[in-house]
Amino acid sequence: MRFSCDAACEGDSRVTLRGSYGLFIGGSFVAGSSVFKTISPATEEVLAEVTHGTTEDVDRAVAAARQAYERVWSMMPGRERARYLLRIARLMRERATDLAVLESLDSGKPIRQTRDVDLPLATAHFFYHAGWADKLAYAGFGSAAAPVRPLGVVGQVIGWSSPLLMLAWKIAPALACGNTVVLKPAETTPLTALAFAEICADAGLPPGVVNIVTGDGLAGELVAGHPGIDKVAFTGSPEVGREIAKSAALWGKRLTLELGGTSANIVCADADLDAAAQGIVEGVFVRQGHACCASSRVFVQETVLDDLVDAVRCRMTALRSGDPLDESTDIGAVNSESQRDKITELARSGEAEGAVRWSAPYAPPDRGFWFPPTMFTTVSEEHRIAREELSWPVLTVSSFTTPDEVIERTNSSRYGLSAGVWTRQGALSARLAGRLRAGVVWVNSFGRLDPGVPFGGFQESGLGREGGRHGLEAYLDLPGTGGPDV
Amino acid sequence: MSPSSPSSPSSPSSPSSPSSPADVPPRAPRRARAAPRTIHRLYIGGVFPRAASGRTFDVHGADGTFLASAALAAGRDARDAVVAARAAFAEWSRAAGYDRGQALYRVAEVMERHRAQFASQVRRATGGSPDAAYAEVDAAVDRWTWYAGWADKITQVRGTVNPVAGPFGTVSLPEPVGVTAVLAPQDSALLGLVSVLAPAIVSGNTAVLVASERYPLLAVALAEALASAELPPGVVNVLTGEVAEISPWLAAHQDVNAIDLAGAPGALADDLAVAAAGNLKRVVRFANPDWGVEPGPERMFATLETKTIWHPLNS
Repeated sequence: MRFSCDAACEGDSRVTLRGSYGLFIGGSFVAGSSVFKTISPATEEVLAEVTHGTTEDVDRAVAAARQAYERVWSMMPGRERARYLLRIARLMRERATDLAVLESLDSGKPIRQTRDVDLPLATAHFFYHAGWADKLAYAGFGSAAAPVRPLGVVGQVIGWSSPLLMLAWKIAPALACGNTVVLKPAETTPLTALAFAEICADAGLPPGVVNIVTGDGLAGELVAGHPGIDKVAFTGSPEVGREIAKSAALWGKRLTLELGGTSANIVCADADLDAAAQGIVEGVFVRQGHACCASSRVFVQETVLDDLVDAVRCRMTALRSGDPLDESTDIGAVNSESQRDKITELARSGEAEGAVRWSAPYAPPDRGFWFPPTMFTTVSEEHRIAREELSWPVLTVSSFTTPDEVIERTNSSRYGLSAGVWTRQGALSARLAGRLRAGVVWVNSFGRLDPGVPFGGFQESGLGREGGRHGLEAYLDLPGTGGPDV
Repeated sequence: MSPSSPSSPSSPSSPSSPSSPADVPPRAPRRARAAPRTIHRLYIGGVFPRAASGRTFDVHGADGTFLASAALAAGRDARDAVVAARAAFAEWSRAAGYDRGQALYRVAEVMERHRAQFASQVRRATGGSPDAAYAEVDAAVDRWTWYAGWADKITQVRGTVNPVAGPFGTVSLPEPVGVTAVLAPQDSALLGLVSVLAPAIVSGNTAVLVASERYPLLAVALAEALASAELPPGVVNVLTGEVAEISPWLAAHQDVNAIDLAGAPGALADDLAVAAAGNLKRVVRFANPDWGVEPGPERMFATLETKTIWHPLNS
């Protein structure tokens, strides 16, 4: 099947999909026993058939990863590993447009987001970590006498919000540190992971260093719970994350988790309201909430509440929804039918609980899964829409009076992934940024990411960091966290 | 230990207890009188309450002689201790590293001042030689001092400035995780206890300490030293009793952010680690080291979060 995307791509880039994909195990695609269809959430068109990974498949993938770890990858000098990572990075850059188109097709994210943000970042992650592979001795872990070691075979299970970017976050540091990988992409967005598998093969990566097992939640459980892996890295929902944490504790496995959590944007009375409105709208809608760090909770100092809500509403009205492959699209499709249903249900609960709903004018196509950009005002912390962790294109707005109050209200959450702070006062921004219990705080900006910067949450938003020097710890055998007698 | 300590209603080493040769002077006139039967208490929020149940248990020395009774804490006491630790967190975590360091140095000083009494207690609890007891106390004092010096250095060692491809400045800073439950190692009377407690609090966490079952009186003595050093109330809370009874409450508590399993035997530690996953507590689990060796910073780092702050440049 071929998809053309002239609007999004310079020249005549075409994405060619195979009709059916096997599992990428031991360096080649192997057929499985049953398949499922992955569809475009914008059109409900079937994109490809993808294989359901079974217990036997995961066993084979883990065995391949173990063999590659013991015989090849862990023995290889860092500079050799770096070469492979660089090859992967270059191939990703070469195929960036195709990968972006594929990502938009499979996930519903607008092409501007996948092409201009996700792909450059994912590629940068491989370049960045290629540089670490032969410099781990200087990262401050271990010592000359006892150089730090990789963990072994890593099981990685990722979500659907930024599929290829999350894959890069997981695989690049794992390989740089000398681990081998079994990765399970989200059920609804497997295609870029499979395209990445082709890149691994084309880069000549030794067989078994990266294995991709597709499937549903069960396949994810099989990977995360496999006794043959040394470490689990998971991105997804807090509920599943907690179960994985329990099983990892039981089996004595290392663990990193990235579980999201509604993030707060705090707009102070002296803020540049236009910039804040722009940042909020970009933060929550441009990825249609398809990001674990979407800024869905907005706290506005009461004197500027109406002004900010007006500015946000104005920008929301101007957002264009539609074909994810159209370059002028701001808002693509919701990732899946079940996600759309969850969003719809939660939005209804918001109305039922007394919050005031406003949705941008919106004419959804006949097919596909859509949800209009929506804002709730007069939201209180007790409302489900303010409490529940859900990646969705919905803003919940409430007002605050004093900085201390907003700090307390923001910190009352059991999560703590990220926050935005909008104010022109340096001392106030430092105070807010200092006291918010969140892993990432963006001052007068929102949602920026970089491979050199640690990302990850406080409290129940996660465990460990990804990116930067801190992120290497997740893939090195350092004492103190994880299994018994490590 | 310090009979003059105003906040200590009970004294762990009664002055009439047999002294070791090393701490002989000044000898009290030997006279026959019944030593008061000491019943120690818990240490929660800066005061010394009885266990909520009122229960106590007998503590014996290495030679089997009765030493004192200690409070037998249970779930209610654990919850009270967590509340006290949470209440103390805001101020302690925001205190300047320098000031936290000063507080830890004061603890070292108070222990040093009561060196002989600590040594005599260690000796009675462990049955070792006076020299070994003094060596353990000295090592514990040195351990406080070592960690105290970290208080204003963790951020420099652990933080980073991150270059990014864009007009932003970013820094990543360590922050304390919050309330930590610390299970003191069972195999060490004093040094192990200090070696797990100091790294938890030096970075700004507050702690609920579960004393060693074998050596609870050293934890009580330490609590009195902490009170005497005027460590802010609630920064450290000490529970004595059965680890298997108390620790599951802490591992499952939704307002505890981390748990150090040093004092939990293997099977219990596994259970606690699973319970701790319920709210994604940071689980600190090292193979227990030789407590005498300089520890390295890992235990401190295990109860830190990393916060990254992005700031636009040129805007």
